[in-house]
Amino acid sequence: MNLRKTFASATAMSLVMSAGAFAEEITIATVNNADMIVMQELAPQWEEATGNTINWVVLEENVLRQRTTQDISTNGGSFDIMFIGAYETPIWGANGWLEPLNEFADDADYDLNDIFQLVRNGLSDSEGNLYALPLYSETSFTYYRTDVFEDKGIAVPEGQPTYEEFAEMAAAAHDPENGIFGTCQRGKAGWGENMAFVGPLVNAFGGRWFDMDWQPQLDSEEWNNAITYYVDLVSNYGPPGASSNGHNENRALFKDGKCATWVDATSAATDVKNPDTSSVADVTDFFKAPKQVTDKGTGWFWSWALAIPASSQNKDTAKDFLKWATSKEYFELVGETKGWVAVPSGTRQSIEADPRRLEAAPFASTIVDAILSVDPADPTLEPVPYTGVQFVAIPEFQGIGNYVGQQISAALAGQQSVEEALANSQTFAVREMTKAGYIK
Amino acid sequence: MARAVSTKQKSINTAIAGTLGFLMFFPILWILILSFKTEEDAIRAPLEVLFSSGWTLDSFAAVQARSDYFKHFSNSVIISLGSTILGLLIAIPAAWSMAFVPSRHTKNILMWMLSTKMLPPVGVLVPIYLIFRDTGLLDSRTGLTIVLTLMNLPIIVWMLYTYFKEIPGEILEAARMDGASLREEVLYVLTPMAIPGMASTMLLNIILAWNEAFWTLNLTAAKAAPLTAFIASYSSPEGLFYAKLSAASIMAIAPILIMGWFSQKQLVRGLTFGAVK
Repeated sequence: MNLRKTFASATAMSLVMSAGAFAEEITIATVNNADMIVMQELAPQWEEATGNTINWVVLEENVLRQRTTQDISTNGGSFDIMFIGAYETPIWGANGWLEPLNEFADDADYDLNDIFQLVRNGLSDSEGNLYALPLYSETSFTYYRTDVFEDKGIAVPEGQPTYEEFAEMAAAAHDPENGIFGTCQRGKAGWGENMAFVGPLVNAFGGRWFDMDWQPQLDSEEWNNAITYYVDLVSNYGPPGASSNGHNENRALFKDGKCATWVDATSAATDVKNPDTSSVADVTDFFKAPKQVTDKGTGWFWSWALAIPASSQNKDTAKDFLKWATSKEYFELVGETKGWVAVPSGTRQSIEADPRRLEAAPFASTIVDAILSVDPADPTLEPVPYTGVQFVAIPEFQGIGNYVGQQISAALAGQQSVEEALANSQTFAVREMTKAGYIK
Repeated sequence: MARAVSTKQKSINTAIAGTLGFLMFFPILWILILSFKTEEDAIRAPLEVLFSSGWTLDSFAAVQARSDYFKHFSNSVIISLGSTILGLLIAIPAAWSMAFVPSRHTKNILMWMLSTKMLPPVGVLVPIYLIFRDTGLLDSRTGLTIVLTLMNLPIIVWMLYTYFKEIPGEILEAARMDGASLREEVLYVLTPMAIPGMASTMLLNIILAWNEAFWTLNLTAAKAAPLTAFIASYSSPEGLFYAKLSAASIMAIAPILIMGWFSQKQLVRGLTFGAVK
């Protein structure tokens, strides 16, 4: 008996000591958004349980993208986990820069299949290798003010309205003398800013970035119709200086009660519906982002996820953290400590179906429906050689998207015509795609 | 003899200078105001921000709770002071030799040194990143100190060279005739005359190194990140953190602002040294 006791305590001691001896320090590069702030607050629980420690490197999104790209492409090894998006993941994965995470499929505790299939697809390469685990996913939908719609006698659309109908709603709601603008839309240049709205708009008008031979289509009639519509809509019914408004500015305007409608990220809904941070929490509701000639690709798809660079020196510890931070238990922990409305949305089926979630955030099911209706692999009316709804998942897209964004922003500011903006964009895109070898 | 300036002209000049000064200071003043507001108040219309919202220290508390200010602060101090001292140790002998014992290549060397500042830093980012990776200098204060020294060295050498050139060679010659050794000549004759110039070079270099936001962001991760990385962490494309961003900015610029305030006499004297005889 004594021997067994001694053996047991020796084993326990050696386990404790080995845990201490193997305690590691991991470095995580991330953006500063609400979900990641919550994760930083809860992470000490994982640190206590495992004895490992975390260094957080928090950077602005563009700086983070530049910083992580540079580190990962040079095999720098500065980070063990990176918070990256649906755009980079498949490209970096295919380059061999990220550690494949296929083994999570075999982990019954983790239950990978609980994560929406669409989200898993968005974080895998064309051969189905998974390279990142999602924290939250988003699409775009329309925020509208129920009180303004009622006052002005505007009918709330039952299904998905067309952009034409949407413009009529914006016109009817537009009342700048009383401080209400018909619609607020992104105008600030950037592939992640105005182009996130413009991409799905062009899809709705039947347009596409490239044909099957990678020829840019920016001077097509569909692009012209879409951008003319956009410039007219925002100039006539938007707030002054809309060409410099991005997501944050519009979110502030909407929360302050200045906008009757706003087509933007579903992830802002928890903030807009929170009475502590928003003056329109009780009078905001949602409907789908509008369609026009097609309903394909009319809401964007984005997911923020955690990935491990191939250059990490602490892959096992990093995997352990990844497993914890994207598990059902973590989402429940967020629900219990921060409130079920604050749980990262659009990731796990079991969480989205949880009665506590549905009670705290009745709009959560609308978000899930919207996310599930998006298919990044089939985003346009006519066939395309790429995946991605509001972006094209090729490395060259950042440069092209930013340039086109600047041209369209300049057209919105009245510095050039829509035709000039699109002609310049087409010339630039053809040059870049030829240089990159897509066009022979 | 000084030119007579009427009282009216004087007050007009003062008003113009005051207005310009206020305009230049206004962005910092606005950041200061926003840092004492809540996030909700910080995004209101400017007049509402000023007159119909409360004042709070919440943003400072939140910033301090979420990130380790003192770690970033001490990194900033070590990197900026370290690079300045290292830079001066190299630049003083270099500028002395170019000012007092020039060769026929001195002008070319000076131009060549300055030309290194004409290349955008991003052009050499990848090679430097790879060297740092292979020598284990990534995310280290030593690495950053070396890079910032090298980046600011041409400016220090040029500034010191200009100050040294203002010192008449005859004075040094006289010292030599009185039997001063090279060490005594530099230490007891040159240094006292060059102190204002050296001090302003030092101050300027500390300010440049403190505010440097390209290399400090690109070559650090968690351990060596200075205050520039601390500010960058409060900017977000999704979500509003204006008040916290402002609080972080104020906390980052306050030390250098205070240092600049107390040393402005020295700084101005050094920068205008030699302009009026």
